[in-house]
Amino acid sequence: MSAASQTILSLPDQRTARLPKRNYLNNEDGLLSWLLTGDHKRIAILYLVSITFFFFIGGAFAGLIRLELLTPQADLVASDTYNKLFSMHGIIMVFLFLVPSVPATLGNFLIPIMLGAKDLAFPKLNLLSWYLYWIGGIFTMAALVLGGVDTGWTFTTPLSTHYLNTHVVTAAMGIFIAGFSSIFTGLNFIVTIHRMRAPGMTWFRMPLFVWSHYAASILMVLGTPVLAISLTLVALERVIGLGVFDPTRGGDPLLFQHLFWFYSHPAVYIMILPGMGVISEVISTFSRKRVFGYSAVAFSSVAIALFGFFVWEHHMFIMGVSNYSALVFSLLTMLVAVPSAIKVFNWAFTLQKGSITFETPMLYAFGFIGLFTIGGMTGVFLGALGMDIHLTETYFIVAHFHFVMVGGMLMAFLSGIHFWWPKMTGRMYPESLSKLAAVTTFIGFNLTFLPQFILGYLGMPRRYHAYPPEFQVLNVMSTAGATVLGVGYMLPLLYLAWSLKYGAIAGDNPWQATGLEWQIQSPPLTENFIETPIVEHDAYDYDWLAYRTAQEVTTVG
Amino acid sequence: MKWLNASALFPREASTIAPYADALFFFMMALTVVGLLLVGTLVIGFSIRYRKEKHPVAVQVEGSTLLEATWTIIPLALFLVCFVWGALLYFRIYNPPTNAMNIYVVGKQWMWKAEHPGGQHEINALHVPAGRPVQLTMISQDVFHSFSIPDFRVKREVIPGRYSTVWFQATEPGTYHIFCTQYCGTNHSAMIGDVTVLSPDDYQKWTQESTSGMSLAQNGERLFASMGCNACHSGAAAARGPNLAGVYGSKLQLTNGSQVLVNDAYLRDAILNPSQHVTAGFAPIMPTYQGQISEDGLIDLVEYIKSLQSNYRVQQTLTTADSNEQAPTTPGAVKP
Repeated sequence: MSAASQTILSLPDQRTARLPKRNYLNNEDGLLSWLLTGDHKRIAILYLVSITFFFFIGGAFAGLIRLELLTPQADLVASDTYNKLFSMHGIIMVFLFLVPSVPATLGNFLIPIMLGAKDLAFPKLNLLSWYLYWIGGIFTMAALVLGGVDTGWTFTTPLSTHYLNTHVVTAAMGIFIAGFSSIFTGLNFIVTIHRMRAPGMTWFRMPLFVWSHYAASILMVLGTPVLAISLTLVALERVIGLGVFDPTRGGDPLLFQHLFWFYSHPAVYIMILPGMGVISEVISTFSRKRVFGYSAVAFSSVAIALFGFFVWEHHMFIMGVSNYSALVFSLLTMLVAVPSAIKVFNWAFTLQKGSITFETPMLYAFGFIGLFTIGGMTGVFLGALGMDIHLTETYFIVAHFHFVMVGGMLMAFLSGIHFWWPKMTGRMYPESLSKLAAVTTFIGFNLTFLPQFILGYLGMPRRYHAYPPEFQVLNVMSTAGATVLGVGYMLPLLYLAWSLKYGAIAGDNPWQATGLEWQIQSPPLTENFIETPIVEHDAYDYDWLAYRTAQEVTTVG
Repeated sequence: MKWLNASALFPREASTIAPYADALFFFMMALTVVGLLLVGTLVIGFSIRYRKEKHPVAVQVEGSTLLEATWTIIPLALFLVCFVWGALLYFRIYNPPTNAMNIYVVGKQWMWKAEHPGGQHEINALHVPAGRPVQLTMISQDVFHSFSIPDFRVKREVIPGRYSTVWFQATEPGTYHIFCTQYCGTNHSAMIGDVTVLSPDDYQKWTQESTSGMSLAQNGERLFASMGCNACHSGAAAARGPNLAGVYGSKLQLTNGSQVLVNDAYLRDAILNPSQHVTAGFAPIMPTYQGQISEDGLIDLVEYIKSLQSNYRVQQTLTTADSNEQAPTTPGAVKP
């Protein structure tokens, strides 16, 4: 009994439980039925497999980078190779993993179901976006196989336009195309959220997961075209010598920075907002409580999306921008930090007076809160003008954005994958092994990236192949941490694959969660709902769920 | 701070700015630690107090405007303190004192060239005196670089096609790292050097021992003559180009109606892009020198024009140039 009270997990009787006879996974057979599918759930699975593939490629590069940095000398690979490693690591992780990670997999799978719809508004556009993702991925891989690219993921001009002989245009083309995949996903989400909510599903009854995806979609649709424009200009300047950024032809090299960061700063929020949505769902479910201050959390997502467009110059404080514009952008940067702080406190207070259990998704969510708080606070360091001068372009900034992107987003992604795994596959992952993975990841992450803050304050520049010997101890710690982190990421890959065949049957609602997605079978039917649901309760209404469960028992009894 | 400096976990404080930067850093560290402890206490505290064994049934709470206002306003206020403090530090670091001595730095793949007005040239090294403000006027010959001296807590992007400046006042004689912190291609991590801070006496000695014998202005004077600048900028009343003596630091009226302050950047731009910078009353006849003078040469010219107080020397060089042109040919010599 004591073991039972530590978890809300309630699985059907394993002796009699079967996966539902008909579901989206076995509805049609054969490779073509997957490659030509319009089903948002199948496309989500296609995306999940694809981004996992790219994650491990990007991760392998990270491993090689850390291995090279074990010693101060440049001894494992040549300098050009090292530069290609961190460039490809960044390009793959940002554009092919982080940007699509939660939206294209969990968002794709869940948004229609959470809204009570049968599919996204444009199923074919959704499939097209997956193909575009892969065409972009193939271009990027081609750049890699043909010899790599060494611009860094930021494609800084005039280095990228005039000084490098690597496959810049191929890689830029890959990102250009993958960008459209992200625009289409965003467009699809916006239209679906506006037009396809089930009767009774008002804006303020939507789960916060949907709100955060709505905010991220706006950023995708408005921001990504600017990235496409700047990469096109880079390609044009490189290929036909158009003088947009080149000062010797009357261009302005800072213009590229402005254009690039106009996308790439909001891109940070494209990456983190959907993760925040996951955390809201998970924290609520495992504390059995409505998210504290629902509307504050919803509006803070929108506020982040709006302010997120007006802070890009904080990447350029040391680049000779006008001191007064720097003031404005620093102030706006401070303002955008506030909604993130609001969210963290709202999540913490969601726990208050709850009835908390600690399953794997919750452990990852706790990891997220801790690491994201550090990532967010160190962002304030970088937003404070005078401090930024010393910290920017060093390992401090590397550590900062890894805390946000990896400590934050990847933790949220893994939390969400574990949370919805039973819904997506109908089977449970192994609980104790996955808890071990969550703890390993957390420890490995801190060991990898905390020393980098110290390295950064000491002044170690980022993207350095060799470094002064006095930085070695901290680098060795970081590399050791990366090994632990690598194990933490391999584990889920293995046991999740295992669980596809051997995991316990999950049943409809193993977590006793309130979302519409938990009220249907696992894995869901292709059409999601047999009849369109009518929503008469707010999100996270556990009383409604208890009442509904009681009704069911009575009916059966 | 001494114990931290000794621990190899904290950079040395070797400039007047460093203590100011570190003060803000420690303030924000304290904020981070307090914030983290607060969030940690809330999360862990609630997790213990309201875990399912202890608290089997959750009590639904809608939210609390008071609490939410608290954690909106307090972080906002603290972030605004960071903003103001950071801005003050930024202006301190990027506004050089007027009495700063100037040294030019040219960045190129993959080295730093330092050019002292007195004619000392260094590569991947920089010698400066302790206790005197030093301003660096920097430019890149190719891609973006960034000039960073962590122990001084200063850094500035070195940009192709425009001067950027940074200043510092070193306090402790010693040797400190110079890093290029902006990724600049293959040997980015080899674009490093040492800044050597010398006591005023040692610095005096160093300047005398390592001068090339020609100041930057003298180099510039030669260039001025050999490029034929003096033909128009002769200072004569009927000259086709404006008089350059004393022009540095003045306000200049341009033909397009705008008024500009003549500084290093203006002089450089006017040489490379004369048609955009025509002084009022003159015809736009100056050809562009884009691609004909290196950044070092431009620095020499700028230094020369800065030093030009009268046109006496210009006329002198003009005569020399003329006499060169009119050097008599040896009669009967075979032309090549």
